[in-house]
Amino acid sequence: MKDNVKLMKGNEAIAMAAIRYGCDGYFGYPITPQSEVLETLEAQMPWETTGMVVLQAESEVASINMVYGGAATGKAVMTSSSSPGVSLMQEGISYLAASELPALIVNVMRGGPGLGTIHPSQSDYFQATKGGGHGDYHLIVLAPSTVQEMADFVSLGFDLAFKYRTPSMILADGVVGQMMEKVVLPEQRPRRTEEEIRRQCPWAVTGKDHGRTKRNIVTSLELDSAVMEKNNERFQRTYREIEKNEVRYEARYTEDADYLVVAFGSIARICMKAIEDARKEGVKVGLIRPITLWPFPYDAIREAAKNVKGILCVEINAGQMIEDVRLAVSDSVPVRHFGRMGGIVPNPNEILDALRRDFIDKPANAKED
Amino acid sequence: MKDEIIIAGFGGQGVLSMGKILAYAALENDLEVTWMPSYGPEQRGGTANVTVIISDEPISSPILDTYDTAVILNQQSLDKFESKVKPGGVLIYDPYGIHHAPTRTDITIVPVDAMEATIEMGQAKSYNMILLGALLKMRPDVPVEAVVRGLKKALPERHHHLIPANEAAIRKGMELVKE
Repeated sequence: MKDNVKLMKGNEAIAMAAIRYGCDGYFGYPITPQSEVLETLEAQMPWETTGMVVLQAESEVASINMVYGGAATGKAVMTSSSSPGVSLMQEGISYLAASELPALIVNVMRGGPGLGTIHPSQSDYFQATKGGGHGDYHLIVLAPSTVQEMADFVSLGFDLAFKYRTPSMILADGVVGQMMEKVVLPEQRPRRTEEEIRRQCPWAVTGKDHGRTKRNIVTSLELDSAVMEKNNERFQRTYREIEKNEVRYEARYTEDADYLVVAFGSIARICMKAIEDARKEGVKVGLIRPITLWPFPYDAIREAAKNVKGILCVEINAGQMIEDVRLAVSDSVPVRHFGRMGGIVPNPNEILDALRRDFIDKPANAKED
Repeated sequence: MKDEIIIAGFGGQGVLSMGKILAYAALENDLEVTWMPSYGPEQRGGTANVTVIISDEPISSPILDTYDTAVILNQQSLDKFESKVKPGGVLIYDPYGIHHAPTRTDITIVPVDAMEATIEMGQAKSYNMILLGALLKMRPDVPVEAVVRGLKKALPERHHHLIPANEAAIRKGMELVKE
């Protein structure tokens, strides 16, 4: 066995990857099914090694505002929670976006609405990709489907957040948070020095002097509407840049596919098993797995859908991403939803049954309902 | 080689730990592995189960509907999972506390008197290791040596002095499987 291959939960991988990224601070409040992030950080005690701050705040509202404060000083800071906790953070997330601050927010989704259940879900897709907080803003949203991606997306999330000065989110779920599998953690990077932060983040509030002639003010408030419109236009230009440069997805078996499955996160790998089973029966099914949920891979889905007879969107919710898939293909092919709710995760057989029911077993000339 | 395993019983019986030790053993043996728990909010008393998949190829779904191997520790889990064992598969169970024994004839059913053995050995906490021994006998996916190395990884260091007792329980479980 290679020494660098570890067996751990997705939540633990996030914590370990954060330390190794050189993260400056984590602020969070425990909630199932993501509590292992904070637990692992407390057990690792990175404040004694890298100097990373780990703080259990009194609430999620406090956590996200501590993130806001840390981010304003140019530090690489993060928080993590699960669905109800992330709802509490929405005001702070909107403020982070409006203040053009980089930060990493992790949501290990559980079944809702309300306090809901502790079991896995993907029902915060709308919240993560369409706003959640108020105002015209976007987060860069990364959807991991393996423990390896849980680790890798920490550095990707931070790097993109700093590149575009916008918060990014890892939208995981209870499956990939709680499951254990093999992972190779990144090398330990040093935390950035104050000097590096001043050089790389000239907008940050790093204290008086240091040769700056102008005060840096970090705020989301702008009472002059003409200026606020200019600010919004600048945000939108950034979002167009992100849409142009940062779309990520995985395509499997799409070249010869008669049917297409679109799924993100943990359910995508459960779909892969259903797809492999279908292919054993001679039914050609392909998969598109959006990795960035925002920016969404509209073009890739449009392209993959050109020669298919139907698209099945599989989500652990009532059907949320399906709206973006339908936008991608402009309803040129039938798009159906399959999912379970309330913390129930579909198994591969249920997905294969849904494919049969909606497409495979349907006569080609059957009328669409 | 691929073994899709469900281990199911009450919370507190060591269901998740048994799976974890098996998963670490697979890691030690350079195999692919996933460990997917399912349990309620309670620490003890509720039902708990874990799906462990061991394979020499990359694993897609960590969640399954049917299994090659089932290790069953209580009646509720037997009722739930007996029908989920693939034809030709293996079902290992402890008859202790079981009122309706499994009835399928198209799978290999292996009763293991683990509770009885654990009382005889005077080490109640290695109950799950006896059943792990039975599993390793029926499904030699990983050698016992890898499991012992896996124990070192799965257990915190303060419990490492218990590894010989665990190994003894594993070997006892292997013996309990009648040829």
